[in-house]
Amino acid sequence: MSATLVLGTKKGLLVLERGASGWRSRALQHGGIHVSLALHDARTGTLWAALDHGHWGVKLSRSKDGGETWTEVAPPRYPEGTITPCTQKPAALRYVYAFQPGRPEEPGRLYVGTVPGGLFVSDDDGASFTLDRALFDHPTRGEWGQGGKDFDEPGLHSVVVDPRDGRKVLVGISSAGVMRTTDGGETWAPSNRGLKNSYLPDPDAAVGHDPHLVMACAAEPDVVWQQNHCGVFRSTDGGATWTDIGQAKGPVGFGFPIAADARDPARAWVVPATSDERRYAVGGALCVARTDDGGASWSVLRDGLPQEDCYDVTYRHALDARGDTVAFGTTTGNLYVSEDRGERWRCLGSNFPPITSVRFA
Amino acid sequence: MPRVQFTRHLARYFPALRDGEFDGATLAEVVAAIDRAHPGLGGYVLDDRGAVRKHVNVFIGDDLLRDRERLDEPLPPGVTVSIFQALSGG
Repeated sequence: MSATLVLGTKKGLLVLERGASGWRSRALQHGGIHVSLALHDARTGTLWAALDHGHWGVKLSRSKDGGETWTEVAPPRYPEGTITPCTQKPAALRYVYAFQPGRPEEPGRLYVGTVPGGLFVSDDDGASFTLDRALFDHPTRGEWGQGGKDFDEPGLHSVVVDPRDGRKVLVGISSAGVMRTTDGGETWAPSNRGLKNSYLPDPDAAVGHDPHLVMACAAEPDVVWQQNHCGVFRSTDGGATWTDIGQAKGPVGFGFPIAADARDPARAWVVPATSDERRYAVGGALCVARTDDGGASWSVLRDGLPQEDCYDVTYRHALDARGDTVAFGTTTGNLYVSEDRGERWRCLGSNFPPITSVRFA
Repeated sequence: MPRVQFTRHLARYFPALRDGEFDGATLAEVVAAIDRAHPGLGGYVLDDRGAVRKHVNVFIGDDLLRDRERLDEPLPPGVTVSIFQALSGG
């Protein structure tokens, strides 16, 4: 088999290719720069990297030759006069938290989610971006909390576009929840019914929830999964209502990433972590959990993963699945791949920089 | 006309960048002139709001720019402006 993985790390971007002799890593790109998200746009063959320079701000970069050469692209910019409601400060791009190519029918469309909680849309493959004002200025905005990657502003990390109708989009926002539009972003409504939260006075609050990642099944887009701060949830009605599918006694509960199988709407993977106040591998032992029945039950998969002295955490964009192949990378710089849906794992390296994103190309 | 010197780290992203004179009566105008000569460089020095980025230090002569948001003070004639990266220690 052949496969390609694109890694965003604290110290640059790596492309790993699986050939006949196994996985090989190509030369580091953007060396020394934190790549907050890196992925391959299958529509155009473009590799995209969101860069979080320590000194010089947030940039976008793209490669049209598989990562050999890169061109900087002007990042989205908040219009002058835009105020972030929760801080009452002028909005400025602080972090690219989501980067989502549009549908094949809309070849130039890109979605960029950001801290401080804004969604930008491009229809010219990144040459220009427009802020979705209806979402940014939403009447519930004042109730969105702070959060998302150590920032004091909300972070928009998930963009889920309905492949049947591009006007239907869900976004996941840390400390706000899921917001839903059915008219291409002109109007938005909270879509958090059934979610739990343990940190608000009203557990059924319309907003203020904390999804960590939201992802739909490509083949059955009404099936949507989310790893939330307060557990794992699944929707079978396009995000209108959510059902708790976590395990009361663990390990499936707290965590950051979730990967939905593209074809089977009953299958998904999570990488559990110990509770929100600790945030490391459960019991010092790394595991992945997979459900094959829509969350009614979970298989906890440990074969090939370290089972002692392990404090790795997997960030929200650092788990991906392509067919039977599943990969995830950790804050400790470990990269694991399974080619049998998670039954057995192999470590592809333990000395990578802290890994922020893992995507199959 | 102010003379501007740059941290060599910026040359990684703008290989043609050289220290030199850039026209402008205020720091805002000088950064705008730099951005015209090297499109995009202004966004490395200033954030979306036009303030000097948190981890960038600008010196007017030998003096560190303290007000990072108001860049419309007149610059002294013939002054050297230095655009460096801030150190966070360590």
